[in-house]
Amino acid sequence: MSAQTVGAQPAVTNVPRGDEGQTGGRQRSAWLFIAPFGFFYVCFLLGPSLYMFVASFFDTSIVKNGLGNFIGLENYSALMQSRDFWSSMWHTLQFTIYTVPPLVILSFVFAVLANRMPRGSTFWRLAFFTPYILPSAAISLIWVFIFTADTGLWATVQKWLGSEAPTPVLGTPSLAMVGVAIATIWWTIGFNFILYLAGLQDIPRELYEAAAIDGATPWQQIRHLTIPLLSRTTTLVLLLQIIASLKIFDQVYLMTSGGPGTSTETALVFITKTGFTDFRIGAAAAASFLLFVVIVAIAVIRQLAERAQQKGA
Amino acid sequence: MNSHPPTPRARGALSRRNLLRGGLAAGGLGAVAATSGCGSPLAAGLAGTQLNPGTVTFWNLFGGGDGARLQLMLDEYRRQQGSTESLQAATFAWGNPYYTKVSLATLGNKPPDVAVAHLTRASNLAAAGLLAPITDDVLALAGLASSDFNERAWEASKFEGQAYAIPLDTHPWVLFFNADVCQAAGLLGPDGELAPIEGLEAWEAALTAGKEASGGFGATTATVADDSNNWRFFNTVYSQREGNTPLIDDEGLSVTMNDELAVDTLATMRSWVEKGLMPATVDTPGAETLMFTGKSAFFMNGEWEVTTAQSIEGLNFGMTAFPTLFDRPAAHADSHAFVLPRMERDDAQLERAMGFVKSLLDQGMTWAEGGHIPTYLPTFESSEYQQLEPMSNYADAASYASYDPPAWYSGSGSNFETVTGATIGLVQQGLTKPADAVAGIRAALENYAKTANPL
Repeated sequence: MSAQTVGAQPAVTNVPRGDEGQTGGRQRSAWLFIAPFGFFYVCFLLGPSLYMFVASFFDTSIVKNGLGNFIGLENYSALMQSRDFWSSMWHTLQFTIYTVPPLVILSFVFAVLANRMPRGSTFWRLAFFTPYILPSAAISLIWVFIFTADTGLWATVQKWLGSEAPTPVLGTPSLAMVGVAIATIWWTIGFNFILYLAGLQDIPRELYEAAAIDGATPWQQIRHLTIPLLSRTTTLVLLLQIIASLKIFDQVYLMTSGGPGTSTETALVFITKTGFTDFRIGAAAAASFLLFVVIVAIAVIRQLAERAQQKGA
Repeated sequence: MNSHPPTPRARGALSRRNLLRGGLAAGGLGAVAATSGCGSPLAAGLAGTQLNPGTVTFWNLFGGGDGARLQLMLDEYRRQQGSTESLQAATFAWGNPYYTKVSLATLGNKPPDVAVAHLTRASNLAAAGLLAPITDDVLALAGLASSDFNERAWEASKFEGQAYAIPLDTHPWVLFFNADVCQAAGLLGPDGELAPIEGLEAWEAALTAGKEASGGFGATTATVADDSNNWRFFNTVYSQREGNTPLIDDEGLSVTMNDELAVDTLATMRSWVEKGLMPATVDTPGAETLMFTGKSAFFMNGEWEVTTAQSIEGLNFGMTAFPTLFDRPAAHADSHAFVLPRMERDDAQLERAMGFVKSLLDQGMTWAEGGHIPTYLPTFESSEYQQLEPMSNYADAASYASYDPPAWYSGSGSNFETVTGATIGLVQQGLTKPADAVAGIRAALENYAKTANPL
């Protein structure tokens, strides 16, 4: 992840090339080494994805044998007209908007601060990273407890602050997603934090020393050294974070199960519900395919943006 | 299990077999030991055999007081069988997650021997081909007959004329009251029971008196984080009104809600909040606590909360059927039932499963003490149940129970309850106007109605 592979590259090209036979043998062994991964990739990713794509053109029901009747694009057109589908896509986007900026900016800020701690940096690293190792079920329990209407920790704080009837965060359609987002930020910030810390370690200390000698303030150092030098880390963090946020499922499922009503039903919750609760695998496959298209589009846009950024640099 | 001291042998005393098994495992032959019938899930999975031959596996969705009570019944079954190994019971989260698990496990050929289902959901499981039929022969294996059950519930267990579920109870939505508060409010009769409340005016007067006596609220019920409860409340009141029509009909293909009546019902329910007689935002534990601590005269929920209420020390409470506020008595209800998920069963397995069901039916009094109205007539008609207080107070609610309208997306904890209940909750909280709510419910239901039935 840190971009320090430059030094290693000559070593790769300097390896003497063997004759054709040797290359063939090496290729074979390479394939053998990749085979176990390839097997699982084909069985559990490519195969099911293909099945999903095919099933999206059928009225497949999980409780009936086979794919069912071929219905062409009907699943897709039904989804396009479905309020629930669009609102689930919007909720996914909403969650992404709520979580990506804080998760990128805060993790950067915390990483810079933890990196500058003269002492106890291990403690801070651990403190920020520990929530990330907890399972989502534990996180959800903690935050459901905090957000419990009327008697939870948050309601209690609101009462201290003088509110007579504290708002139930997870029970109010307009706030429930904020609650899920807060829980997620607290939970997952450690991952981006570690990526940023790794990036920070790669910046040579001499640069800061030189800047300090030239009279740069700490803020100027961050503005003109840290941020530009971490730009590659930032694009990586951004992409990983956007994709992770688009795939939001566990916290919503466990904290609100998509409720109240369908106000926190995200794309994956919608897909799970359609496929496994309502048994409509065909429709769920079509929805999955549309989500897949959206995620790929975002990844491609990001790739293009990075290329433009590199040209500019 | 704690109530039955284990025999020294069962508690892993150093028997020759254990020693041998340990020795084998230590000698690197653990795999042999694991496949030799001591029931490793991996071995059973690989061989496609039963996990624990001779053990009944049982899945249920009973949490809270119901869960505690069920535990007593399961322990009793284990005691009857003389071994703790005879039963493997698992409790899962209520509602859609539970039914999804049962469905997927059945499709994956790893269902439990016996599962609990609501009658409103069992018909969908049956339509999906996930249940084994309950024929007279199957019932006879446990010495049962269809005539042993409440007729209304038995009929509800049928799909296309064939029974697929064995009903255990009817569980209506009821009214709990804090007897001390109601006493102070002058709402109790000379017998210490709640004086009958008839009609909307009497109800609002009772709530007002209760509010004054408690210094808090007249009545409480969850408006947050319990969509099904919101729906049950609405369904209870709406079903009492002349001219009410089911929200959906034709197995869910058409939306037939009487919008005008629904708007009026919601407005009436909301007015109780606006008058300060009911809290606007409270979840189930909160609503319960208010009544338990004397901050409210009434608490409304399913009768199963009786176990929780009984566990509160010093709480003087009673239960009664939800009063008739409008034209006719009605209360939302459903029934718990036993189902046999579809699987290859040999005769011994089927007999064991039915024996387990019979054992739980025979312990119907324990279950009835948890508030449920037994559908198994030998229990229902027993003098023991007829004298059971306060549960027998609302026993006739089973006769005017209002179930969810049938559809592939309805039933207890279903999408139907989620979408209607959430909107109803918003009205209670004052976040949506009744007319907008009804329009929203109609739009959501029409969306489901036009979706092809996947069953």
